[in-house]
Amino acid sequence: MNDLSDISLSRRNLLIAGALSAATPAVPLMAAEEHTATPPPTLSKFSITVNGKQQTLEVDTRTTLLDVLREHLHLTGTKKGCDHGQCGACTVHVNGRRINSCLTLAVMHDGDKVTTIEGLGTPTQLHPMQAAFVKHDGYQCGYCTPGQICSAVAAVDEIRQGIPSHVSVDLNAKPLLNEAELRERMSGNICRCGAYSNIIDAITEVAGRTA
Amino acid sequence: MRAFSYQRAQSPAEAAATAQRMPGARFIAGGTNLLDLMKLEIEKPLHLIDVNGLALDKIEAIDGGGLRIGALVRNTDLAADQRVRRDYAVLSRALLAGASAQLRNKATTAGNLLQRTRCPYFYDTNQPCNKRQPGSGCSAIGGYSRNHAILGASESCIATHPSDMAVAMQLLDATVETVRPNGATRTIPIADFHRLPGSTPHVEHALMPGELITAVTLPKPLGGAHVYRKVRDRASYAFALVSVAVVVLPDGSGRVALGGVAHKPWRVPAADASMPQGAKAVAEQLLAGAKPSAESAFKIPLIQRTLASVLADVKKG
Repeated sequence: MNDLSDISLSRRNLLIAGALSAATPAVPLMAAEEHTATPPPTLSKFSITVNGKQQTLEVDTRTTLLDVLREHLHLTGTKKGCDHGQCGACTVHVNGRRINSCLTLAVMHDGDKVTTIEGLGTPTQLHPMQAAFVKHDGYQCGYCTPGQICSAVAAVDEIRQGIPSHVSVDLNAKPLLNEAELRERMSGNICRCGAYSNIIDAITEVAGRTA
Repeated sequence: MRAFSYQRAQSPAEAAATAQRMPGARFIAGGTNLLDLMKLEIEKPLHLIDVNGLALDKIEAIDGGGLRIGALVRNTDLAADQRVRRDYAVLSRALLAGASAQLRNKATTAGNLLQRTRCPYFYDTNQPCNKRQPGSGCSAIGGYSRNHAILGASESCIATHPSDMAVAMQLLDATVETVRPNGATRTIPIADFHRLPGSTPHVEHALMPGELITAVTLPKPLGGAHVYRKVRDRASYAFALVSVAVVVLPDGSGRVALGGVAHKPWRVPAADASMPQGAKAVAEQLLAGAKPSAESAFKIPLIQRTLASVLADVKKG
């Protein structure tokens, strides 16, 4: 027993000693940091309409639109994948256009109207694109699916508006609704399960119906 | 991300004056590049001036021909504008070849010109990079350099400019309009806007502290055939390995610019002059003085062949 308590004491002393020796050089380091110090967190107020509901929020200026949706409004349908605009899992509609909600600050959206996957349809009343993804098995794990569906709804709308794409043969003609166009227009949404061909089938069905 | 204070700009001149006055201030428009870099703490602004509320989002015809494109015109809107599609097709094509639809919906004309390099060492804060930390060295020289500059580089930096849009703007002789902190305006020819790295690769453009881009103007249409051909590792949503932009007039004369090869879009007067002589002569002029690394040497034949293919396609009509 004595031996054990000796060991625990010496371990405790060792930890204290370690903390002290670590603290010594830490003082000048912190002073140097403070010289180029960042300002303290700043709160900023803004109003935003999400899925038809107007909200007034006050958040740290650093908060992205994605984090406001998920962490403040608890709309967790919108997913955080890469958080750098590379995967498209965070795609939402702002004033009718699809954007990466991870690459925009919430405070920059004062007065804007946001639609998330929760605003497109409900479990009992699916949006046609949601129903088509279910019918065509346009997912496996489902993580990218809310972003894919928000993106797909906007992509079909962009074709209808006549916005050309990289694969449009004639810039001045009405863009075609074919697989090459849809694949190009959906390239900002990555699916690591590789459900791409079923996703294209789902979008083609909805687009064919609404074109 | 470091904390920062935030304000919405009221006018371009006020925004410029504030940017000069406030230490560590930056403008934010689309934010697609700046926020990415802020999350990685490569960019550490202390204060953000949101310019999105400024009425700089129109595309207007200029007397005598030409277009004035507001600094805040989104890439999607610029690419889809009927006048741009008809008269400046190379610009539409370049924009549509860049990024994803989500990013183009947010990214602005001015922001696209100001985007930073995608050199992996610039992004890796554990590695020396003269652009990120002046004087720390260049990790790309002697490192992974497959997608780096082969023209106009220096011993300090071999990064490339990542923009597609800027290559078309260079080809079309665009002009950058700005407002300065004292309220004065000026115009900068696009050829003088981006800089070669030299010994100061962190200085990437001609803007003075606080100076804000308000518009980019295009001279009257050139006519002819417009092509932007981008070669990349995958078919969509990737930066260029190389890109070739051309305008070819019916008499065989024309203009040419390259992307993905230098710290700025690459244009050489002698290359334009040799357009009637064909791809081989043009490539020779464009690539004069090229210094690729072993890893980026593939860009030389890639440019020669892409250029030959583009000019052959134009000839076929």
